[in-house]
Amino acid sequence: MLTKRIIPCLDVKDGQVVKGTSFIHLRNAGDPVELARLYYQQGADELVFLDITATPEKRGTVIDVVERVSREVFMPLTVGGGLRTTSDMRRMLQAGADKVSVNTAAVLNPDLLREGADKFGSQCIVIAIDAKRIVNSPGPRWEVYISSGQRPTGIDALEWAIKAVEYGAGEVLLTSMDADGHKAGYDIELTRAISEAVPVPVIASGGAGTLEDLYQALVAGKADAVLAASIFHYGTYSIGETKQYLAERGIPIRFS
Amino acid sequence: MITVIDYGAGNLRSVANAITRLGYQLKVTNRPGDLAGASAVILPGVGAAGDTMLSLERMGFVDPIRRFIAEDRPFLGVCIGLQVLLTGTEEGGGHQCLDVIPGQVKKLPPGLKIPHMGWNQVKQVQSHPIFKGIPDETNFYFVHSYYGSPEAPEVVAGETEYGISFCSVIVRDNLIATQFHPEKSGEPGLKIYDNFLKFASIERE
Repeated sequence: MLTKRIIPCLDVKDGQVVKGTSFIHLRNAGDPVELARLYYQQGADELVFLDITATPEKRGTVIDVVERVSREVFMPLTVGGGLRTTSDMRRMLQAGADKVSVNTAAVLNPDLLREGADKFGSQCIVIAIDAKRIVNSPGPRWEVYISSGQRPTGIDALEWAIKAVEYGAGEVLLTSMDADGHKAGYDIELTRAISEAVPVPVIASGGAGTLEDLYQALVAGKADAVLAASIFHYGTYSIGETKQYLAERGIPIRFS
Repeated sequence: MITVIDYGAGNLRSVANAITRLGYQLKVTNRPGDLAGASAVILPGVGAAGDTMLSLERMGFVDPIRRFIAEDRPFLGVCIGLQVLLTGTEEGGGHQCLDVIPGQVKKLPPGLKIPHMGWNQVKQVQSHPIFKGIPDETNFYFVHSYYGSPEAPEVVAGETEYGISFCSVIVRDNLIATQFHPEKSGEPGLKIYDNFLKFASIERE
């Protein structure tokens, strides 16, 4: 049986992990390679690197990170943040990434998804969607935001997810902007709506605070994978504890 | 020399990283002539079998690969590198493949998320050196929408459940192929490469 994936996410800026980490036994908690190695040893199923480097001239730093990580960590790596063209995608894949995630660039130019899927296969094209609940909507609806959540687009998240998959995305990385950072649980309604609407796997993101939150995203939200950052980085839960908890609750989980 | 075929797509770097990590030397090549002197050949791959066949045909790899396998020299196909060994694929309107393992490449049945993406168990349906030191039902990392369906049951060494039970490991003489990605499957995955290279009697350098 296919197991549910537990995915730590590392925000990387200028080659360093920026969200604070509390792994005291790491020489340099900001070193993405050390952190990746630790998560690999703990049994993470996959890793996501989100490049939040602000200046284009420093963009090469994440390529170096991916190259170094892929030399010693033998699990799937997804890289996103600032990818605009298929050349950008190619550089990441050649560096050792297995998947690339695109957000803003795909909203502005959905053909990027088709071109990426044609060149590299849809299995390595991830559509990242930042969605925010529309208040006072008659039914539940969510709006797509781009540019790191700064710009509303007027686009319906459900419609965009379906369209992005039709254009060639092989997976959806879905972040609830309402839930993100609050540690009060994923937006289950959003996760379930998107997961039921698209034929490809959905990774739930944004809001993980407890292990029950992860369980709910997988069961009630019907997500195929759960992504979290701070609960892992701050050592609130290890990957091992997380997997043990989910397995005890009947979720199919991989133990290595 | 361990020779990894570079046909312009695929996840060469990950495969090379895994083999290097195990302490072996390897050569990545886009020259079909290099297969003649290879001690073992690895055909990696991601994407679509039809596109891969077009690349292999364009680059002149089809006959050298068939010859290498016909001479019963050690060959490992990974993911699309498994699928192209079969007779043909129904992907993309249909395409002929290498036809070294009689059978077809078929789409996974509807009803579950496609691609089949993530870690799933491989049931060892026959004992083989490729599984040495790897417990039955160990998880490996899969990402694919099609699967190879060999005609001869005796070449099926591993099976995996995803809506149906499909063939995830093929063995025949010195030919081995996996639908999953050993280079992305943690320590058990590295063990698959190590087992293959030991099976091929390659010495660490």
